[in-house]
Amino acid sequence: MTARTTSTPPPVLVQGADVLGQGVQDVLVADGRVAALGADATAQAPRGTQRMHGDGLVLLPGLVDLHTHLREPGREDAETVETGSRAAAAGGFTAVLAMANTDPVTDNAEVAERVHDLGRRAGYVDVHPVGAVSKGLAGEELAEIGLMARSRARVRVFSDDGRCVHDARLMRRALEYVKTFDGVVSQHSQDPRLAGAGACCHEGELSGRLGLPGWPAVAEETVVARDVMLARHTGSRVHVAHVSTAGSVEVIRWAKARGIDVTAEVTPHHLMLTEDLLAGYDPVYKVNPPLRPTEDAEALREALADGTIDVVATDHAPHVRQDKEHAFVDAAFGMLGLETALPVVSTVMVRSGRMGWADVARVMSTSPARIARLGTQGQGVVVGAPANLTLVDPTREHTVDAALSQSLSRNNPWHGRELVGAVHLTMLRGRVTAREGLVWGADEEELEL
Amino acid sequence: MKHLLSIADLSREEILSVLDTAVSMHEVQHRDVKKLPTLRGRTIINFFFEDSTRTRSSFEIAGKWLSADTINLTGKGTSVSKGESLRDTVLTIGAMGVDMMVVRHPASGAPAQIADWVGCSVVNAGDGTHEHPSQALLDAYTLRRALGDLEGRHVAIVGDLTHSRVLRSNLLCLQRLGARVTLVAPPTLMPSGIAAWSGADGFATSYDLDEVLPTVDAVMMLRVQRERMSGGYFPTAKEYAVTYGLTPRRLGLLQDHAVICHPGPMNRGLEISADAADAARSLVLDQVSAGVAVRMSILYHLLAGEGSQE
Repeated sequence: MTARTTSTPPPVLVQGADVLGQGVQDVLVADGRVAALGADATAQAPRGTQRMHGDGLVLLPGLVDLHTHLREPGREDAETVETGSRAAAAGGFTAVLAMANTDPVTDNAEVAERVHDLGRRAGYVDVHPVGAVSKGLAGEELAEIGLMARSRARVRVFSDDGRCVHDARLMRRALEYVKTFDGVVSQHSQDPRLAGAGACCHEGELSGRLGLPGWPAVAEETVVARDVMLARHTGSRVHVAHVSTAGSVEVIRWAKARGIDVTAEVTPHHLMLTEDLLAGYDPVYKVNPPLRPTEDAEALREALADGTIDVVATDHAPHVRQDKEHAFVDAAFGMLGLETALPVVSTVMVRSGRMGWADVARVMSTSPARIARLGTQGQGVVVGAPANLTLVDPTREHTVDAALSQSLSRNNPWHGRELVGAVHLTMLRGRVTAREGLVWGADEEELEL
Repeated sequence: MKHLLSIADLSREEILSVLDTAVSMHEVQHRDVKKLPTLRGRTIINFFFEDSTRTRSSFEIAGKWLSADTINLTGKGTSVSKGESLRDTVLTIGAMGVDMMVVRHPASGAPAQIADWVGCSVVNAGDGTHEHPSQALLDAYTLRRALGDLEGRHVAIVGDLTHSRVLRSNLLCLQRLGARVTLVAPPTLMPSGIAAWSGADGFATSYDLDEVLPTVDAVMMLRVQRERMSGGYFPTAKEYAVTYGLTPRRLGLLQDHAVICHPGPMNRGLEISADAADAARSLVLDQVSAGVAVRMSILYHLLAGEGSQE
């Protein structure tokens, strides 16, 4: 491990920040933990404590991303654990779940430990590998789920993301199997018969006009419906990845009302971007599941606000330029998300008055950490908790510039958009990992407070 | 007009201008010496990423009769496997200093993407299941010669509409010219979102060909690929022919003046019977003949000087 993760950072007193948007409180961080709050924080600050001015800023628990693609091993030209970790830190994250669709696939303990160790070496965020549900993501036989769970990487989230576990029997077995260690199956809900490999545009009037293969909402909804019934039958936990349709929201709401153990995530892009962007065939907007009509985006925003959807997860999917510069149907699926997630949620959910910052803390930190069973993340700003913290400037207006990114890739659909709210600073166990988009070690040796 | 990517980009006036120029171009076709000097010194690449016989040869002849240097290139639909992006491929060709690329591509939208990348004019010669604008223009040309002004005329378009780029361009073109359009197909071969689409654009749809035929001035039969059966779009060729084919019996439902079009290649016995294809009212060969004249007009409008040639 490098020095930046081993030496003890000096105590820090964050002064004047609004904690979770629920009131200004000073926060003392010492020995990697939240040491004291309020008047105690000032009183207990030891000599040599650095002071950080938080006036006008909001303090959140460090963000946790349930759905990230770091591309290593296999596509280190698009992203590495190190560069993806930097992008995460710059975006206010202190932990990410790295999806299993690498090359080789994370379907065994060795690959899981390798990703985990690369994350520790990078040191910007906690990197938790997601294990594959099936060997090689082939959807046929279970991967070594138990060995991954028992490994150094302590895998708890399993997903064939990018592909749907479409075989109902395999899905049932996976749900049963993860119960032994309180794991969860995160499903990419896409019936491959209703939405095949070529499906790349929401099926509807626009796909009809554009002549693009349609990806109908029902291809997601039927799988979500099946899976919640399987979760009920097995008594297991199922997590619905990147929910994109109003119909899926209805099914999830129905299931939760009946006590079924289902959680769900929505991406920032499905909250804000809609299918009309595809009219010019620009592959930067090609993503799976596809951007949906306005009515779906509205249903997703409503469901996030009312708790039907538990989590915002980025589905950060870096791609090298040449993999995007093909005809639309041939181009790679996916878009960057780590550095823009908080500003997008701020703009679309907070500025609009639908959610407060405590809700943001819930959907971007506490709930994802709970779903992934991460003990040291998402604990809130409470005395004794690890000092995984994110300071947000809630009013800063900025225009997204794709060139300014810690990611190796530039497939950024937000380029040129005005967003309100920005990550000011990120702290992992008391150490500043990023400030104003710059990360420690890469941009500056020591970030000033 | 710099590019011809979609009929949606053309006004009614621009369409009529292309069709009017095509009339004089058509006359060239009947001369002994067919060459006009109009595009001398201009270079046109016919870049076909998908097999085509009639469209490619028709563009090639059109270019040659206008004295342009035309070069045919074929490519695989996608070079993803080679690691070269579509952008790289077309920029390489564009860098040679060509004036126009005529692009056929199996992927919808590819010509529009290419037009964003290269500096030269781009003509969409058929992109996936999106559009085939030059086909729609030559269909309109042919129909106008047979029927006169298309304002208020009723045209039925019948067949595999989901997968048809000819449909999408013709729908736009016919509506721009004032025709009333009815689409006829089984529900499985109707494009996605057709209810909202037809409502927004003001055309009709029907599942019943017999009901529609007696009121049309023209019926445009589109090719139905037998492969669609395996996709479950319809049960058998026989059932399709009986339900949606232009059979000898259905010829009797047409008004006396009504004409028949087919962009080809035809599946005789499936969507169109031999009686219909070879009937006096069939315009199938006229369409092919008009193809060169209309494409000459398109090249002329895009390359000879600036803007539309009013």
